[in-house]
Amino acid sequence: MNQTQKILTGAEIIWESLVQEGVEVVFGYPGGTILPTYDALNQYRDKVHHVLVRHEQGATHMADGYARSSGKVGVAIGTSGPGATNMITGMATAILDSSPIVCITGQVPSNVIGSDAFQEVDITGAAIPVTKHSYLVTDIKDLASTIREAFFVARTGRPGPVLVDIPKDIQNESTEFVYSTDPINLPGYHLPKETNESHLQEFADMVNAAEKPVILAGHGVLLSRACKEVMDIAEKASIPIATTLLGIGGVPESHPLVLGMMGMHGESWVNHAIQDADLLIACGMRFDDRVTGTLKTYSPNSKKIHIDIDASEINKNVLVDLAVHADLGTVLRKVYPRIELSKKVDWLQTINSWHKDSQSRDIINVKSERLIGAQVIREIWKGTNGKALIVSDVGQHQMLEAQYYQHDEPRTLLTSGGLGTMGFSLPAAIGASFHEKDREIWVIVGDGSIQMMLMELATAMQENANINIAIINNGYLGMVRQWQELFYDARYAETPISSPDYVKLAEAYSISAYRVNTLENIIPTMKKAQNEKGPSLIEFIVEEHGMVFPMVPAGVGLHEMIQRPYPENGQTNTQEETVS
Amino acid sequence: MKQTLITLVEDKPGVLNRVASLFRRRNFNIESLSVGKSETPGVSRMTIVANEPDSHKRGNLYFNLLKLVNVIAVKDVSSLPCISRETILVKMTIGPEQLNDLNDVIKKFGARIVDMGSESTIVEAMDEESVINKMIEAFQPFEITEIMRTGKIAMRKGKTHNISSNNINAQLDDLSWTPDHITAYQN
Ligand SMILES: Cc1ncc(C[n+]2csc(CCOP(=O)(O)OP(=O)(O)O)c2C)c(N)n1
Ligand SMILES: [Mg+2]
Repeated sequence: MNQTQKILTGAEIIWESLVQEGVEVVFGYPGGTILPTYDALNQYRDKVHHVLVRHEQGATHMADGYARSSGKVGVAIGTSGPGATNMITGMATAILDSSPIVCITGQVPSNVIGSDAFQEVDITGAAIPVTKHSYLVTDIKDLASTIREAFFVARTGRPGPVLVDIPKDIQNESTEFVYSTDPINLPGYHLPKETNESHLQEFADMVNAAEKPVILAGHGVLLSRACKEVMDIAEKASIPIATTLLGIGGVPESHPLVLGMMGMHGESWVNHAIQDADLLIACGMRFDDRVTGTLKTYSPNSKKIHIDIDASEINKNVLVDLAVHADLGTVLRKVYPRIELSKKVDWLQTINSWHKDSQSRDIINVKSERLIGAQVIREIWKGTNGKALIVSDVGQHQMLEAQYYQHDEPRTLLTSGGLGTMGFSLPAAIGASFHEKDREIWVIVGDGSIQMMLMELATAMQENANINIAIINNGYLGMVRQWQELFYDARYAETPISSPDYVKLAEAYSISAYRVNTLENIIPTMKKAQNEKGPSLIEFIVEEHGMVFPMVPAGVGLHEMIQRPYPENGQTNTQEETVS
Repeated sequence: MKQTLITLVEDKPGVLNRVASLFRRRNFNIESLSVGKSETPGVSRMTIVANEPDSHKRGNLYFNLLKLVNVIAVKDVSSLPCISRETILVKMTIGPEQLNDLNDVIKKFGARIVDMGSESTIVEAMDEESVINKMIEAFQPFEITEIMRTGKIAMRKGKTHNISSNNINAQLDDLSWTPDHITAYQN
């Protein structure tokens, strides 16, 4: 029990509870029903930094970016009605990517709830499908314990967003503040316990018997902090690893056993390895349709082990032979001693031979008058020594980032994978900048996506957020244009998109900005941006009709990908590039 | 075959909404849902009847229900020995000459007349769903003007399985199933 017994208002209890949860920064926007809480903020300035955002969606993405980079719970605050509904996209983004955030919203006073009062929206109800859980606080006595529960639910098990809706009168009332340290009483909240012994042995037996195994590493590897455990097993039994988009960084991409990203835009050798495997070991991933292609022909000859902390993900899309409902790291640690040393020379050589063909097709080898998106990403990789925290948005640039920026450290790529929320990157990077104070941060964003959350440039300026914004401007909603080119006879309906003069725009925000048209200018311009403290922006003007290949079109198998064409004017470059 | 799930939930506002919302969102077909207070204060017991032909979706439904924070326990009792009941009220317009016929039907099905006036007669019955359905058939000769059904409630025969929060892990076997297990369990 907490010793301090003090009478506080609901508003003060909110801040006090956040402090107890170790919250140092919150992202929010005031309004009528959350006014008491903002008034009380003044007493907590020394403990909590409040970031005034420009749109509540931005607040949720900032909280999300902060959570993904730090592993801690991110906090977003907004007012009732439109403030709350603006947070829905952010909560949906967070739930599909298992990101722990707590959203606190003001609500109209208890006595008018249900009367369509000014700015009343049933956000507790509206949030049900986009949160792990949502609460409406109806009694000030429950306020502290509800916030405590919200943080617990957000960060434990499979992390996710939780909403706490607090009527204005409850913020104004007073009660004794006690922040309990007792175990949380949630009889319906099930976390997996011990994995049974026979499953561990079966797991090990399947691995030891496999000749062509592949590990599928998802976001769960990062969330469970099981990066080392995955690598240990991979190295002991020579198992190649394919990652999902959100799994990138969970295992070092420069490691010879790490094949790269799987799925719709995965490299051909990665997808071929999965299709050809005799054992898939799915670690904290959920067989999303973007990674499996059609299920009818998905990895037809493999046995499958699925380890996930969320039982409802197992056997959802792909039927597995061994289901392990558990925390990934814990299970892998227990299985490790039972795994036999093995080399798997043939299997690794087979995969390597597929590798070579792809390298000769690599778009990096194309000689082009115009800049190519892939080249920009590769230069950014070089110019950051592969060590930056990258926050990518949604579209072709996102896939090119995944293909051409090699991530060797955990939590160095933040991106909206499950929901594919355009506009995510800028606010998420601002959020992450409050955790990653020493790491270089780069936003990689398309000309379409940046315009979805442009208003947050003001927040970047106001907070002097140390982020570099790389706009990959191809004049199109490129990924949609790509689909139109491939599947709609190149009828570009509403995909050409105009942009403001980003350099002038940035100047209006006192953000230093540059424009780059040529390959040679990329690194020197990056240097200028890197020397800048606070935000900076570079617009890269790239080839308009660039494509992202390989691509597995919707409805076909992973092995039926459209490959990159061999470059006509390219020279074959089979030398691995490295960063200095 | 339909599935019958007995579900224990925390008796908190909005729980029904969360369960119903889950069915809609996950595209599971719900036939009926009935809920009421249980023997434990703060805990309600629900009987959910679902109609999901795909056995894997049924497994998925089970674990999605269990994932709801307010859902304490779920048991698929479809293939277990159970007492299952449904209550029905039927309002009919009965002419004096039909009274004997009505009484025959009522006797046959163990139903009761609970209200009788010049405008209508209300009959009450409680039985298994299939019997109730047959009874409605038998009422067809009369002029039925209203039917009100509660939906099914079910209770397992035999001892009471402990459902206290500490015992949730007793269900761990259900959580680490294999495809065989799931078919055996859900069917
Ligand atoms: C909020 C939202 N609206 C629409 C989409 C559909 N969408 C996916 S990618 C894309 C184009 C992105 O364009 P841009 O940011 O310029 O990136 P590019 O593909 O050109 O690199 C669109 C419109 C989306 N993912 N999110
Ligand atoms: Mg674009």
